[in-house]
Amino acid sequence: MAELTAGILLSRTGETAMRVVEAPMNAIERLFGRKRMPWLFLAPNLILFGIFTFLPIAIAVGYAFTGGTNLFVSDRPFVGLDNFRTLLSCGNYLQPGTCQESLFWTAVWNTLWFVAFNVVATLLVALITALILNRAIFARGFFRAMFFYPVLLSPVVIGLIWKWFLDRNGLLNAFFQMLGVPPEIFLLDVGWSRFFVVVVSVWFHMGFYTLILLAGLQAIPKDLYEAASIDAASPRRTLFRITLPLLAPNLLVVFILLMIKSVQIFDEAWVLTNGGGPGTANSFIVQYIYQMAFGSDLRLFGLASAASVLMGLVLLVLTLIQLRLGKRMES
Amino acid sequence: MSPISFLSRTRRAGRIDITDILSWVWLLGGTFAVLVPVVWAGLSSLKPAAEITRFPPSLLPRAALEQTVPGFDKPLSLWNVTIDSQQREMAMVRRIGLKAQMVDPANPGQPVGVDVKGITPVQQLTVATENYTDPLTRFNFLTFLKNSVFVTVVATLLTLIVNAMAAFALSKYKFRGDTTVFVIIISTLMIPLAVVMVPAYLVIVGVGLADNLWGVILPTVASPTAVFLLRQYMLTIPDELIEAARVDAASEFCIFWRIILPLTAPALAVLAIFSVLWRWNDFLWPLIVLNSRENFTLQVGLNAFQGEFSVQWHYILAMTFLSLLPVTVVFLFLQKYITTGIAGTGMK
Repeated sequence: MAELTAGILLSRTGETAMRVVEAPMNAIERLFGRKRMPWLFLAPNLILFGIFTFLPIAIAVGYAFTGGTNLFVSDRPFVGLDNFRTLLSCGNYLQPGTCQESLFWTAVWNTLWFVAFNVVATLLVALITALILNRAIFARGFFRAMFFYPVLLSPVVIGLIWKWFLDRNGLLNAFFQMLGVPPEIFLLDVGWSRFFVVVVSVWFHMGFYTLILLAGLQAIPKDLYEAASIDAASPRRTLFRITLPLLAPNLLVVFILLMIKSVQIFDEAWVLTNGGGPGTANSFIVQYIYQMAFGSDLRLFGLASAASVLMGLVLLVLTLIQLRLGKRMES
Repeated sequence: MSPISFLSRTRRAGRIDITDILSWVWLLGGTFAVLVPVVWAGLSSLKPAAEITRFPPSLLPRAALEQTVPGFDKPLSLWNVTIDSQQREMAMVRRIGLKAQMVDPANPGQPVGVDVKGITPVQQLTVATENYTDPLTRFNFLTFLKNSVFVTVVATLLTLIVNAMAAFALSKYKFRGDTTVFVIIISTLMIPLAVVMVPAYLVIVGVGLADNLWGVILPTVASPTAVFLLRQYMLTIPDELIEAARVDAASEFCIFWRIILPLTAPALAVLAIFSVLWRWNDFLWPLIVLNSRENFTLQVGLNAFQGEFSVQWHYILAMTFLSLLPVTVVFLFLQKYITTGIAGTGMK
């Protein structure tokens, strides 16, 4: 009985709420006419979009050509290409130490290495997992869910969980000790910490790419495999002549998406490595931008924006490649 | 058998060959790799502060047993001691080098000196619930939680309504400039936060929303992904429904509110799940916008906390687990919809 009353009450309040919203909207329709209604529907989105997305994009480029430490563009002196010159002047581009902004080039090289290893590792792990999950295997749904679970977690949580796992007194060191290997402070060692940033990233994101590849695998017509088995094609031949060529468009999408996402690495690495440590071993481009603008008292908004613009250009190129290839694959 | 065949073979009925075994090794190994760090952190979060940094670590949370002994102010720890080849349980008064002074808890008299080598602590399975209850009363955890819930709920409701309205306009009306608007919205899909973070912060300061939860919410509301997803779905709703409603003199908003929105429910549900996950897990943007502790969301608060109290892992892990719980529960119940949603739309 109580439930019924609550239900009625709830539907009544819902109905009242609807009337309250509907009345002014109907009044507007009577005032402006039906023809203008689509603009009214677009208005909230376009206003928010304009203020918080379009305006920043428009300002972003302008920002890169200004100096000083004031936040507002009107108070900032125009410095032309100075910021870009500062970022890009290097004695030897392979050695960050010889660059005027050595931190930027350290971040660039760290990011490139991270992208290279992360893309290859994630792609490989995701592909193998997708191929296995595509087989008629017991509890497929469970495994798919299991691999996918980390994708939904917050990067901060993932950073903390792994930091604890890799702690000096952590489980991995306990395992090492069991094997008779001396304990290691993984996150304070340059090589280990770089390795584990990639491991954590693969662990975190591979489920997402597995899912995309799995969707692609399941779209491959089954009769092709039947034909192959009638022709007694070897498994190797089936994989290289049927599965991988037909999966190529998905592989390419995953590859480009992975590159775009890897260039933007920030959250989990920031938490895991205490903001890029040890030293600058895990300092990436987004982190450089964040630190130049907000992370310290430097407030070098111009320099940060110039770095953003350079990064945006790289991402733009990657996206255009993705679109171009995507179109060619479709036709 | 080459490794290639293990990836490409489809199983023959009723026979288990090496490819199946390799697949199982991979799948179980993967499951293990996913679970071990999470479960390990979870078990550790139940350990008392004194036990958490012990190496090598024990799997289950245990604590030394303590007992109040008459004549001593503080409760004393209990140890298993062998005296005169007799196993006894004694309380430690103090420890000096390799000698420990022990008393019999039942019959406290003069402490006896015992060699520490031959003693082991009496331990018991103890769940340190204070790891979870302490942060609730201290360290602003409830404030962080409240802020996160507010941001997640409000941002998700606004995202649904604002983008559904835009998608309705872009899918069910023909008007001058409709394609242009759609293309402009969609083209920003490829611009990540990292590229516009400085000017976006300038705008937030400009409209007076710096260090304000609305400054976290509003920039995320108008989402090109959402417009695209909802528009694609609304295109499949037949226009005849709208025409019929117009014949019945329904207003445009009524059509949107009572016909289109209910029919878009499946797409809205998928978007709602994703919006909740995005906002709950957001880190970089709230980190930039929010400055004062009482405005931190859970993720920012957690990050700040681990920076300040890096030795108090028992608290950090407990709070980490509290923030991981809602996502895990959502996933357990909705995992099918989430995975099919991602496979179908390719969004994360």
